[in-house]
Formats: sequence, structure tokens, C-alpha cells
Amino acid sequence: MRLPTAKPASPATRALEVVPPSGPTAWLTTFTAGAMTFLCVFALALSLASGRLATRWSEALAKTATIRLSAPEEQVQIQTDAILAALATTPGIASYRLIDEAETTRLLEPWFGPGLPIEDLPIPRLIEVVEADPPYDSDGLKQRLTAEAPGAILDDHTRWRRPLAEAASRIRLLGVLSIALIGATMAAMITLAARAALATNSEEIRVLRLVGAKDSYIARAFVRRFTLRTLGGAAFGAAAGLLGVAALPAADAAGGFLTGLGFTGWDWLWPLALPPLAAILAFLATRRAAFQKLRELT
Amino acid sequence: MITFENVAYSYGGGELLSDVSLKLAPGSFHFLTGPSGAGKSTFLKLAYAELRPTSGRVTLFDNDVTKLSRDDIARTRRRIGIVHQDCKFLDHMTLAANMALPFTVSDRESDHKDMEDLLSWVGLQHLADALPPQLSGGERQRAALARAVIVDPDIILADEPTGNVDWEMSLRILTLLVELNKMGKTILVATHDLNLIRQAKAQIQARVLRIAKHRVQLAGADL
Ligand SMILES: Nc1ncnc2c1ncn2[C@@H]1O[C@H](COP(=O)(O)OP(=O)(O)O)[C@@H](O)[C@H]1O
Ligand SMILES: [Mg+2]
Repeated sequence: MRLPTAKPASPATRALEVVPPSGPTAWLTTFTAGAMTFLCVFALALSLASGRLATRWSEALAKTATIRLSAPEEQVQIQTDAILAALATTPGIASYRLIDEAETTRLLEPWFGPGLPIEDLPIPRLIEVVEADPPYDSDGLKQRLTAEAPGAILDDHTRWRRPLAEAASRIRLLGVLSIALIGATMAAMITLAARAALATNSEEIRVLRLVGAKDSYIARAFVRRFTLRTLGGAAFGAAAGLLGVAALPAADAAGGFLTGLGFTGWDWLWPLALPPLAAILAFLATRRAAFQKLRELT
Repeated sequence: MITFENVAYSYGGGELLSDVSLKLAPGSFHFLTGPSGAGKSTFLKLAYAELRPTSGRVTLFDNDVTKLSRDDIARTRRRIGIVHQDCKFLDHMTLAANMALPFTVSDRESDHKDMEDLLSWVGLQHLADALPPQLSGGERQRAALARAVIVDPDIILADEPTGNVDWEMSLRILTLLVELNKMGKTILVATHDLNLIRQAKAQIQARVLRIAKHRVQLAGADL
């Protein structure tokens, strides 16, 4: 005769056994956890990438500025000399460089196509300025240039750097919001699934209460099951998401936005933390649902 | 062990039971009888704290049930063996596992030898591995009784334990209950089978409570 004591089982395993194995609905929890974690990996990648991008744009653009000179032909050389002289005596400038006509043509080529008759166009002179640490006083330099070379305009890129950096941090905020929504949705779905499971098994719960089971014992059976299912699903979803991100083309030096979507360095730990976080979420959601439901029964 | 003081109960309509006062002394054997729908099951549910009285006081082991927490109720039920009217089991677990359930849920180990003894006492040792849905009515009744006594409770509350079995099986179940009473257990059996009560009275000193007109009264010797 085989008796339950004959097969060794830990109390925790036996707590799992007292609730009947559930059918197809069990897969829904695993699937939901997997899908949500998969989405979360991308939301995470988006947030981290846009965060990096915001920093990179701010830094890279802050370090260089351009002086643009548009002046009548006879004035061009005089004012160029005046600008160079001013730059030479301004503190906080690491280097400066007059961009020659050939290079200007090359810079413009992508926009206007090759074979541009540059001589016929009023192309401004460009001077690239690289700031030192601590940087030059931007307003002071502007005033000096106005006095000594009225055709010169200092463009320190703040005008278009700011909206770009703002856009990047806005995208990051959206990413974080998405992660929060994904988490809330997952908690809601697991709660619904747990409630359904508890309702389906109300007869079994009644039997367990009748033989003296505490709520915590009954809850444990459900909580363990849902936590494990979520953990499994989330691990799968995170792995799939990571594969997807890893399969994206590598970020190139130009740091285009889409190609920059990925994880670098310690960031890789974030997606790895998702399955345990999902499991904790499932644990709390199921536990809450279980105790709520159990209070309805005697 | 169990006392009712001016207890009334209603499911929402009129009072099903009113002004019930009685005391189940340790070691006593009581029958609870009355027509179907009189409130026998309701009375038992009050006695194991599945229901709380709408008025009056039910005391279990000297504790007022209205003051018991859910965990207290769970602990109290480990001292009460309950044979439910429709013998509910966990259908996905074997009979042996079902019988061990009171131990399982309190994280205790069931004794192998006790289990075997108990199964042969109710004559079900050959069905240890069977699933509850495969059992006949009488086998379910005996299994429910075995599960109720496995933790060695002080009180046994049985709701129609001979409800859907033939006379021979009824007598077997009665014999088991009488044996338990001789071992010192307090027993309360709800039944509408007067023959069973007569049979019991021949073997043991049993008192009969009758539900009539919403009251629970001690019946005379006129049965
Ligand atoms: N959960 C319930 N809700 C409402 N009415 C109930 C409930 N359970 C039982 N009743 C009613 O209470 C009466 C007594 O039921 P019960 O205690 O089961 O009687 P008995 O066990 O003596 O046949 C019946 O009329 C039944 O319909
Ligand atoms: Mg009944």
C-alpha cells in the first residue's frame, strides 16, 4: 500500500499539491508575463538609450561652436583676421581653425550634391572653435565679435541643442511611463488570473478550511504557483527581448538614434533584473488577491 | 465542549433557529434529528464556526466563536472532526492523501502505521490509491469519517453520515461512531433516520435533540 508519507515531499511542495493542477488558464499567466517582460525590455532599452543620447548630445555639442562670417567681398579677409586675432586673445578656448573652401564644399556636398560651383555662391566663412575647460564666456565673445567683425555670428549650438536634449529626455520619460504601465498591467492581469483560479477552486478551499487549513496555507499554494509561472514567463520574455536588442545593428560612431538603441555596460543588468521583479510583483498581487478572496469564505 | 446560549440563526429571511440553549458535555453522544430543511446542517455549521449566530452566543472549547480570528477557527477545527453532509474531498488526490490532509495542512507528518490502522478500521485499505470520484457512497462516508478522526479530535460532528448508504453500511458506520464514543470522543450526529437512533440506543447511552418549530429540544424516551 502506498501512503503519502511514503513519497518524501517538502511541506511547500505538498502545499502546491492541495490545489488541483489548472488547465489552459495556467498558460495565460506565463504568456502574459512573457509578453509583458518582452515589451518591458524594449521600453527599458528606449529609456536608457534616450538618456544616453541626451547626455551625449549635450556634451558633444557643448564642446564646439562655429563662427559664421558673411561680409561684403572686400571685407571678408579683414574681418577674418579680426576674428582670428580676437580668438587668439580670448581665454577658455582650446583651439580654433579656419575651415577652408575645400572642406566647406565637402561639408555642403551631402546637401547640395557634388560639383557645387561654390565660387558663385555667397558661402560664408566658417571658423570652428573648441572650448577649453573652463570654457570661454560666450556672451563676452559675442560682444567682442560684434565690435571687431560685424559680419560674424557665434553659433554655440545651444539653440538646437536644447530642443534635441529636451526631446531625448521626453522620450526617456515616456519609456519610464511605459515600464510603469507594463508593470501595472501585469499586476492587474495576474490578479484577475489568481481571482479566477481561486473562484474555480472554491470547493477545494472549502475542504481545506474544513480540515483546519489556515488562510496563509491556502494562499501559499496559489501564490507559489503564480509566482513560479510568472518567473518562468518573464525569464523567457526577457531572454527573447535581449536577443531582439542584441540583434539590432551596433551603434556606430555617429550615434544615430535607432542604432543607439541597446544596452551598454552595467545597463545589461536591468533586463536581467526584470524576471525577479516580475516574480515579486506576481507574489504581491496573488497574495493580496488570495487573502481578499479567502475572507469571503468561512 | 460546545455550548449554545440563546442562539438564533437566520439566513436573511425569518429565523431558522431561535432561542437554542444547550451544552454538549465531554464524552456525550447526541443525535440531532428533525425533518429535512429543519436546520440540522445549519446547527452543525454553527457548532464548527462556519456560521456565526445572528444572536446569542456559541462557545467552542470555552471560546466565544464571534471573538475567534480566522486562524483561531482553523486551529479550533483541528480539534473537531467534521463529516460533512456531502463528504467533500480533493478529487485530484488519492484517498490516502485525502485522509492525511488534516496533517498536511497543519504541516505535520501523518504516522504511517496510524494511517494503515485507520484505513483497515474503516475497511478501505485496498482503496488507498483510489481517487475519491471512484468511490461508492458508502466508501465516501467511511473515508470522510476516517479523515475526521485522523488527527484524534475531541469532538466529532457528523452530518447525515448514513445519508446515502444501505442499512448494513449504516450499521457499520454507527458501530464506528459508537467505538469512537467509547474511546471518549464527544459525538454529535445529525440524522433523520429514526431506525438508526433506535439501533444506537440499544448499544449506548445516546441523547436525542429534535428540531421542531425552530427550537432544539431534548426528545423524551418515546422514540
Ligand atoms: N446558504 C444558505 N442560504 C440560504 N438558505 C439556506 C442556506 N443553507 C440552508 N438554507 C435553508 O435553511 C433551511 C435549513 O437548511 P439545513 O440546515 O440544510 O437543513 P437540514 O440539514 O435539516 O436539512 C433550508 O430551508 C435551506 O433551504
Ligand atoms: Mg442537512
